[in-house]
Amino acid sequence: MANIELRGVEKKFGDVFAVKPLDLTIKDGEFIVLLGPSGCGKTTTLRMISGLEAVTVGQILLDGRDVTWLHPSERDIAFVFQFFALYSHMSARDNIAFPLQAAGMARHEVKERVAQVAALLRIDHILDRKPGALSGGDQQRVALARALVRRPAAFLMDEPLGALDAEFRETMRAEIKKLHLAQHATTVYVTHDQIEAMAMGDRIVIMSAAVVQQVGTPTEVYHNPANLFVARFIGSPGMNLVKAKVEPDGARLPGGGLAPISDRWRRALEGSGLEDGSVVLGFRPEAVQVHDGGALRAGVYADDLHGGYTMLHLELADGEIIHGRAARDAMNALGSAVRFDLDPDMMRFFNPETEMAILS
Amino acid sequence: MSQVNAQRGLSSRQETAPPTGRRQLSDMRIVQLFILPTIILLILMNIFPLIYSLFLSFTNYSVISSDPPVWVGLDNYTHILSDPDFWHNFATTGTYALLSVSLQTIVGFALAMLLRSKFAGSGIITTLVLVPMMLSPIVVAVFWRLIFNPSYGILNPILGFTDINTSPEWLGDPALALWAIVIVDVWQWSPFVMLLCLAGLSAIPEYLYEAAAIDRASVWFQFRRITLPQVMPLLLIAVLFRTIEAFKQFDLVQGLTFGGPGDATETVSVELYRLAFQGQFETGLSSALAYIVLVVIVAISNLYIRALNRLREG
Ligand SMILES: Nc1ncnc2c1ncn2[C@@H]1O[C@H](COP(=O)(O)OP(=O)(O)O)[C@@H](O)[C@H]1O
Ligand SMILES: [Mg+2]
Repeated sequence: MANIELRGVEKKFGDVFAVKPLDLTIKDGEFIVLLGPSGCGKTTTLRMISGLEAVTVGQILLDGRDVTWLHPSERDIAFVFQFFALYSHMSARDNIAFPLQAAGMARHEVKERVAQVAALLRIDHILDRKPGALSGGDQQRVALARALVRRPAAFLMDEPLGALDAEFRETMRAEIKKLHLAQHATTVYVTHDQIEAMAMGDRIVIMSAAVVQQVGTPTEVYHNPANLFVARFIGSPGMNLVKAKVEPDGARLPGGGLAPISDRWRRALEGSGLEDGSVVLGFRPEAVQVHDGGALRAGVYADDLHGGYTMLHLELADGEIIHGRAARDAMNALGSAVRFDLDPDMMRFFNPETEMAILS
Repeated sequence: MSQVNAQRGLSSRQETAPPTGRRQLSDMRIVQLFILPTIILLILMNIFPLIYSLFLSFTNYSVISSDPPVWVGLDNYTHILSDPDFWHNFATTGTYALLSVSLQTIVGFALAMLLRSKFAGSGIITTLVLVPMMLSPIVVAVFWRLIFNPSYGILNPILGFTDINTSPEWLGDPALALWAIVIVDVWQWSPFVMLLCLAGLSAIPEYLYEAAAIDRASVWFQFRRITLPQVMPLLLIAVLFRTIEAFKQFDLVQGLTFGGPGDATETVSVELYRLAFQGQFETGLSSALAYIVLVVIVAISNLYIRALNRLREG
């Protein structure tokens, strides 16, 4: 098992940055998720860690050993490719045995190890088939088995569930997580699906436009997004973000309502040097408390029943739509007026110029 | 305008006379009209001769005699199969095919591996390598006769034989003549194997090698377990084509040695030609020989095709 350290790693294709200078330390046994929209540099980062792509600048250390210029085969890492990259002319068994045979392992030992990992992933019955004759899920299991069988120091997985059906994805997600808990191998997992990232990651690295936006636990990135991008990207729907003005009594929302601010935030906002008190106010749907005595007003624009709760789409006086969570049995006719409060502890503030979070 | 067309379409479907004088053809008839000339030509040029020569192979017919064919049953076949001279022809052809096909497979595959990676000028080199394939075998034979010539050919000096008295006589020495033909055939047709292998190699997805690098496979292991099996279907097709050609080898032999010295390079095809078109013009006997060659080629092709299918299905 190993820790992975990236020091000022960057990658340019021609003059274009695929990954801007990146510092990251991944602890031994950690499950870290690289999350971001398509084209933000996740795959490139993973390929640099694996050695399939050379870094333009920077250093990569595995367990303190500088591997920046070592061939992938000298790094003791396994890579699960986005589209499996199985050897199409070999049976599933030979695919899984390949890394062991390449290392010259004795025949009976290879057989034993393949049988073990096949039992673990419950693919014993398909071992004699070729990849072309397997379903997407089984191909994915074979690809995972090929990575697991070698017992490498670290696993790199590039959107391993991206090619699977939605229903199947959930099963495999749980399976991968379980495997990780059993083996406790350092894992770097790439996805563009924030739900997947939140469910699986010990920590999440959120990337956008070749830049790391935030590194943190799922709770941290959900409740304390570092900037507007993370606030929007995490959660479904993302954080409500409205332009507001800080006044002595609270934050003035567009269209007139005044939301009280806690003392802690007041001090932080005073110290942040904002011009004329303009901020972006952010709050999660669960910070919205709909009740008759609320200080803020909105019209009900739409509501979605989500089984356990209702997601209200509320229209503020200036036409802006925010989302609020309400009880499952809350009855709110479309177009009716509602009153609500915002939980002061769950309010977050962002600098409208820099888009960065203001820290309390 | 569209109305008129619609009416015309309608009337033709109802089998009434169309308003214009033009005939209306159904799709089926058009298909038949296009196919008919090809079928007639095929029957005249291929099917009929095939069947007629099968019939002739059971007769003692000769095209230059005025006697009609007389049925002799299996006489021609038993004659050929019990005559050691014919067995010598088959042995020569087999040896030639084995040497020439295996050598050009190795050379062609090696060339493909070299030209696989793109480097400055790799395109033009590939094109140049393909040139021999485009030449007529007779032209090739004529200038290779010059190259092999013991007194002024350039091959011997290149190989380091400067003394005419001790240097090898490629086309005159019974031990070397077959090799000479093999060399020329390999020179001319390795590019064909290379071309197919190149197509096969470029179809191997790059990610397989990335996966292999991650799996810590050595270069040799990658070649053995990925490159070779992935190219194998196309390589087998190349070998199949070349084997069939080798068993039919005629023009190079005719152009280089005329089957000599003695009968050292007398392939089945050369013997066939002599039987059919020289001396007695033994049409019946030569038809029987041709059929034996056909059966051998079909049998060998079948072996290859089975191997190919086994590769495909696994
Ligand atoms: N081999 C390459 N050559 C040129 N540009 C590349 C190459 N690989 C990736 N890129 C570019 O780098 C950026 C990041 O790509 P990638 O890491 O694949 O993103 P992601 O995996 O997050 O979708 C993209 O803009 C992509 O077009
Ligand atoms: Mg990607």
